[in-house]
Order: sequence, then C-alpha cells, then structure tokens
Amino acid sequence: MITLKDIDKVYRTERVETLALHNINLDIAQGEFVSIMGPSGCGKSTLLNLVGLLDKPTTGTLTLDGQKINGAGDKVLARMRNEKLGFVFQSFHLVPDLTVLDNVEIPLLYRRMTAADRRKNALAALDRVGLGSRVHHFPTQLSGGQQQRVAIARAIVGKPSIVLADEPTGNLDSAMGDEIMSILEELNSKDHTTIVMVTHDDRFAERTSRTVRLFDGRQVA
Amino acid sequence: MRNTSLKLAFKVLARRKVFTAISLVGITLTLVILMVVAAIFDNTFGAAAPESRIRRMLFVRTVGQYGPNSSNTSNPGYGFLQRTIRNLPGAENVSIYGEASTAVIYDKGRRIEAQMTRADGAYWQILDFRFVEGGPYSAADDESDRRVVVLSETLRDKVFGGKGVIGRSLNIVGSNYRVVGVVAPVAATRIAAWSEMYAPIGALTAEERAAFMGHFNGLVLARSRGDIARLQREFASRVAREPIKDPKEYKEIRASLDTPFEAFARQITGNREQHPALIVGSIFAGLTLLFMSLPALNLITLNLSRIMERAPEIGVRKAFGAPRRALVMQFIAENIVLTLIGGAIGFILSIVMLRALEASGVVPDAHLSINLRIFLYGIVIAVVFGVFSGAYPAWKMSRLHPVDALRGGSL
Repeated sequence: MITLKDIDKVYRTERVETLALHNINLDIAQGEFVSIMGPSGCGKSTLLNLVGLLDKPTTGTLTLDGQKINGAGDKVLARMRNEKLGFVFQSFHLVPDLTVLDNVEIPLLYRRMTAADRRKNALAALDRVGLGSRVHHFPTQLSGGQQQRVAIARAIVGKPSIVLADEPTGNLDSAMGDEIMSILEELNSKDHTTIVMVTHDDRFAERTSRTVRLFDGRQVA
Repeated sequence: MRNTSLKLAFKVLARRKVFTAISLVGITLTLVILMVVAAIFDNTFGAAAPESRIRRMLFVRTVGQYGPNSSNTSNPGYGFLQRTIRNLPGAENVSIYGEASTAVIYDKGRRIEAQMTRADGAYWQILDFRFVEGGPYSAADDESDRRVVVLSETLRDKVFGGKGVIGRSLNIVGSNYRVVGVVAPVAATRIAAWSEMYAPIGALTAEERAAFMGHFNGLVLARSRGDIARLQREFASRVAREPIKDPKEYKEIRASLDTPFEAFARQITGNREQHPALIVGSIFAGLTLLFMSLPALNLITLNLSRIMERAPEIGVRKAFGAPRRALVMQFIAENIVLTLIGGAIGFILSIVMLRALEASGVVPDAHLSINLRIFLYGIVIAVVFGVFSGAYPAWKMSRLHPVDALRGGSL
C-alpha cells in the first residue's frame, strides 16, 4: 500500500543543510495500523508529511497504492490526497469560521458531488464519531476531545484507504486520548483502513500492529 | 462549492470586523467617487433628452488656420458651416446654432442676465426637448427673422414667476420677443442643448453669411452610427477644398466633425491634436486606474496579512485535496463579496452625494441620478476592483507550502 525506498529528506536554507530523514525503507500493507515513535525532532512528522504527500523526498522513491509519487504535479497530488488520504492533526486544525458540519464537508468540496450528498456523508461521519447532535456547533463550542472527533470525522468522510494521524492524542487528557484511540482502532478493524499514527505515548503505540522507531532521522526499528 | 465559498466569505467578513471595516471604507470611498464621476460623465455624454440621439450626433465646434509662424482658432462661421455640413451624404438632419452667450432681459425695471442660444429650425428636430408650455419655433420663423423665443422653465419662473407665458412679450437686448415655448431645464453639461433661452439666428449680413470663422457650431445627425465614418471623411474632404484666405500666413485649415466626446476632448487639448479623444480618454483611464490602484494596493496588503492569519485553514484545505485553482477562486470570491458589499454601500452613498451635488447647483440644472447604466458601471468597477485586489494575494496563498501553512505559514 505504502512503500518508501531509500528516502532522504534534506531541508536547505542559505546557510544550513539539515538531514531530517536518512535512508528510510518502509513497507506498510493495506489494513495495517502502524505507529511511528521517537524523540522530538527525530523526523516523525516529516515522515508522516512525506507519506501524506504534503512534502516531497529529496531522494528515494515513494509509492502509494502502486503509483510512484516522485515528480507528480500539484493537481495529481491534490487528487491523491483527496481520494486516498485522511489527516488527523495534533492541534485539530478545524476552521473556526465553519460549523462542525461544514468542517467535515471540506474534503468533499473538492469532489464532484451534490450538496445533498456531501451533507449526507458528513452527517454519517459525525454519527460514527458520536457527534451527530453537535453538527451546528462551532469548533470553539466543543471540548478538545470533541474537536478531535470532528477532525476524525473530517478525515474519514471521503472514505480514504489511509488515515494519517500526527499525535492525535497529544493535546488531550488520557481519558479523551483513549476515546480517540478506540475510534481509530475501530476504523482499522471494521473498515480495514490503513492507519499511520505518530505518537509519543507507549500505551497507544502498544495497541497498534507495528511500531516504527526513528532516531536522528534514521529508522532504528 | 460556490454556496460554501460564499457562505465562508460572509462568515470570514463577519468574524474579522476590523479588517472588514477598514476594507469597506477604502472600497466605498473609491467607488463613491468613481460612481459620481461616472454619473457626471453619463449626464454629459449619455443618451438622455434632449440629446437622446447623442450617439448619432456629430459636432463642428472649432475651426483653425495654421501656418509656420501663427495660428488662428475660433468657432466656425456660418458660411463655413453652410459649405461643409449641408447635404452631407449619410446625414439625417443638419443644424447650425450659436454658442450660448449672455443677453440682458429688461422686465419692469429689472435687468436679468441670461444665456441665449441662437439656433435654426432644424435644431428643434434633432434635439428632443421636453416642452412644458407651447412648442418650438420653426425654420420659417428663422428664415423670416421673427422675434420669437423659447425659455427654459427656470428662466420663465425667474422672469414671469410661473406658468402661462406663451404669447407674452419679453424685451431682450432692446428688442421685443414673443415667447412661443418653455422647455424643461437642461443640465449645463449638455454640449448642444444647454441654454436659458433660444431664439432664431435671424437675419445675417452678407459678410456673416459667408464667414469662415464666427460664433456658430455645426450639428449633424447621422442616419445611423455606421454612417459616422463616411460623414467624417466627406466633411474632411470639404474642409480640404476650403480656400485659405491668407496663404502667406496660413498653410492649412483644420476642422473636424467630432463625436461629443471628441468635441469635448478637442476643447481641452486645442485643435492641434489629431486624436484628442484618444489622448483625453487615455488620461481619464490612467487617472481612474491610478485612483483605483491606491485603495487596491491597501486591500492587497490587508489581504496578504489576512492570508497569514488563515494559513492553517489553507494548509488543511490543501491536505484534504484542494487544488491551487480552487483556493484562488475561493479567495477571489471572498474579495468580490467584500467589494460588492462596498459597492452596495457606495451605491447608496453615491445617490446621497449626487443629490447633494444637484442641490448645490455646482452643475446648473443637472439631473444627476444613478440609472441602470451607472449602476452597471458601478458593478463592473466593484468586480474589477475585487479581482484586481484579490488576485495577487490569492496567488500567493495558493503557493503556500501545505506543511508551512499548517504550521502558521510564511509567504
């Protein structure tokens, strides 16, 4: 499903060159729940951004669903992100001007779909995360856990085959973190959605099927 | 998609009140001034009674003789106009009328100064004045040198104090004139129609009848707009055949059969320019663009800072598959909504401004209103303004790297 081969990622500024990832080789099969762990600054989020097509590797090849990504243009990448990927961010990144329902509809705005169908799918996704009664609330009217559930609904509304979660429990207390983890587990087990999750928390990493460990940009396990 | 963009646009504007207010003030002021100027322009050059057929009207208002050392420019004389505009092929009608000049009315010991235009009978056929009393004088009145006069409603009220003046006598510059008609007031900006009283040209001396230069204007009504170029060519060839009275001093005669805007531009630039309308039109367009670009630049700066505020949202949209084009369109749509709101406020303020201008009498007898044409100008100006000030920030926004945008962005 996801293959990274000999991936290096170098960030260059005028003066400094930083090797963020070096020689990453990784295969993630469909339906896997993989966690990525490592100390701060080791390249976890960089790796997730590469898998999420938000950034491009400096060298190496990235294959997603059998399609080589290297050299793909903005349009192709945008379509792949829209159809195959869903994102959950540590700080939720909900649009404050939009209601919960409008936020969840965002990925569907970039598909050929009627407004009625968008609404139907968004409501179903919100029901799935237990927020069917909060559809007309604004993000600031919700707790952190509820906001992250909205973010998960937004990530799954387009039925992507891969969900990428960047420390989804990082801003939540342990009870709420458990709740979010349970939703992700259910997604993985019931829908066979491939999940790649960056986490600092061993308890949550233990609940995934495999853990990739990074240290100073290198894959150590 | 479109509904959501619009909905978001309104929400963004409502939430960022300070930004919205500052932007709206800039947009509204610009639009008010542009719409007031457009209304005055329309009041001058737009088709409206008594110049309803202005798009088919052509004018000869200047004639000049030019030599290496001297030049002589004036209104055309009666003779020159007779020779150059009578029986032009493609002309529906032709009139000769004088430049409005001050005449004195003596009435029961009062001395009233008013602008008087002398015009032939065809003048009343080409221009569709609205008569509130009586009617126009005829070509026969002009040929027979009858002392008849048509007054503007404003002058009638000033002299007689109200209605019922047809047949009454009026002493103008020592001669008694019979009032035959009263017309509704005409704006002072109207190139051919404005005056306070109108009388026949009447008897002219033989010298005046043949004069090359004088104080007259020629007015030609083309059969159709398609005939205008042909009329202008034929007029030019007739001018070329005019004999130069003093060939030692002057080598060339210049006169043009101008559209109203050309005639206006020729007055500003003098008679030396070949394409006065192009020069004056370019200056107007340049000034408008300059005037619009100042608030537009302000809005661009505000928009760029607003983008930074919204960088995470842009990152999210990109992460969920928004292509650049969709983001550009969304941002431009937001900007157009803002400028259209500014346009609506500007539209209302323009009406207020125009009423105040009318009441002030700066442009005598002007009826400055916002008609459908001005409204459409306003909409076009607002949309152009919206696209102009939104396009660059939108383009910058669409190029934000998604990872940078999610972190808060840097342009």
